[in-house]
Amino acid sequence: MEFFTDMWMALPEGLRAVLAASTKIMMVVGPLMLAVAYVTLAERKIIGRIQVRIGPNRVGFFGHSLWGLGQPIADAVKLLFKEIVLPSGANRVLFLIAPMLSLGPALAAWAVLPLNAEFVIADINAGLLYILAMTSIGVYGVIVAGWASNSKYAFLGAMRSAAQIVSYEIAMGFALVVVLMAAGSLNIRDIVLAQEGGVLGWFWAPLLPMFLVYFISGVAETNRAPFDVAEGESEIVAGFHVDYSGMAFAVFFLAEYANMILIAALAAILFLGGWLSPFEGTALASLPLLGNGIHWLLLKIALFVFLYLWFRATFPRYRYDQIMRLGWKVFIPVTLVWLVVVGVAVMYPPLWDWLTGFGLLAVALTLLLVVFRGAVKPSGVIMP
Amino acid sequence: MSQLVIFFVFAAIMVFAGVMVITVRNAVHSALFLVLAFFSSAAIWLLMEAEFLAIVLVLVYVGAVMVLFLFVVMMLDVNTARLKEGFIRYLPVGLLVAVLIAFQLIMVVGGERFGLEDYPKPVPKAADYSNTEALGAVLYTEYLFAFEVAAVILLVAIVAAISLTMRRRNTVKTQKPEMQVAVRREDRIRIVSMASEPRNGREDGS
Repeated sequence: MEFFTDMWMALPEGLRAVLAASTKIMMVVGPLMLAVAYVTLAERKIIGRIQVRIGPNRVGFFGHSLWGLGQPIADAVKLLFKEIVLPSGANRVLFLIAPMLSLGPALAAWAVLPLNAEFVIADINAGLLYILAMTSIGVYGVIVAGWASNSKYAFLGAMRSAAQIVSYEIAMGFALVVVLMAAGSLNIRDIVLAQEGGVLGWFWAPLLPMFLVYFISGVAETNRAPFDVAEGESEIVAGFHVDYSGMAFAVFFLAEYANMILIAALAAILFLGGWLSPFEGTALASLPLLGNGIHWLLLKIALFVFLYLWFRATFPRYRYDQIMRLGWKVFIPVTLVWLVVVGVAVMYPPLWDWLTGFGLLAVALTLLLVVFRGAVKPSGVIMP
Repeated sequence: MSQLVIFFVFAAIMVFAGVMVITVRNAVHSALFLVLAFFSSAAIWLLMEAEFLAIVLVLVYVGAVMVLFLFVVMMLDVNTARLKEGFIRYLPVGLLVAVLIAFQLIMVVGGERFGLEDYPKPVPKAADYSNTEALGAVLYTEYLFAFEVAAVILLVAIVAAISLTMRRRNTVKTQKPEMQVAVRREDRIRIVSMASEPRNGREDGS
């Protein structure tokens, strides 16, 4: 053991810093890519169940089907060996750069996300700003792909997507501004630590409207159903990646799922207390696994990813003008009002408890309404 | 040492991208090179410990302004060959104006205002120094009035741009989303009760 420590110390300091940073990056990106692969399987399984199907269950390992756990690997191998077709009218360089432009920012944003109280790749002061910047440049992959393909379908898809992402970015940015006001810091670790104190300390209750706006904008930002007009099959085939095949298409696919996991992680960190345990402050927190830890963060991320899949199986696609109306005329005014309310609450702390109470009441009333309506009038049944 | 290497790498990329912006033929390529130039300058700002400005440059210019730029440039059919027509003919005049402007600039801000002895090497700030907080403190105390005036001017510009371009056309049928949302089942369907038809022996469709 001492031998290895000596070896390590013998390296020049610059090299040590680079090696340490690379190891940390590997520790995040490796599991992340694996998670991306298995989210695709989870999506097919879960949506299959919702639609009363089984989903992929054939491909396994070593002759055992294992509920289809080998499916993502098989898909990846298939896509690796497919030919990447370059359309003759396409702009070669941009056509090949575009998939990288869309995957890169989705992975780069993880640099500032703390996974537990100690582990974060780069603990920078302007973490939240960095995340906003990284998520905002993800749109280049889509635009460049649409233009470089030299195809009308791809171009229309890129235009739709760019307009949609730019519109929802504003509401998303305001929601993040409200979070940073409530936490009093741009550093993501400080934002999580500001949410200490169990479920009621998390920001979801006092910032309930922002929580909803943030997550719905996140769904729109990632071009997922019900906001997936950028790849509306019935209108423009597959949208911006219509001309992509093989691994170039797979990278777009990876980028979409990496972005989904990123938005889920951000929602978990900013509004559900990240790695904090819901039992914090009670006697239960001293039990093993019930205290703070990375497993809570992973659970919360899984919850949001499940919501993504649930949305896709449940809602029909929005019409384009409806998307624009929701973004500009509903979300932005809501965020502006809550910005002022939270500003007052930061200056006058007793209001903070009122906001928490308001959030709890709203959730309770919604649940009641859903249960009550469901009991009285089953939807879809026409009474004579 | 490593900082110097990073600086020269990014500076070289920035100069290269800047030259490409004005020389490249395709307007979309030109816009993308501008994005590259913004990125490199953001990296150089990061080296100068101006992390807030660097990230905001990426967020605002790269993430929003250039996206809209690209949006417009891609939809236009720009013929650069026609735009560059007469380039040689007007070159002497352009050069003359450029030299004049450069001369005037040198007259106003001459070399005596630059020089390393006038500007001591900045002292690196401590690791916990927050650029964002410092900027916020200055912006909302010392320069509050100027800041607010700038904000109001921008707002006026937005209102003006919208009022200039918005027009309501009464001849076009558009959807009214609020009416669509407010619609109820009773508005759309009517259930009538009627006596069932008597059998007349033609049930098989013959």
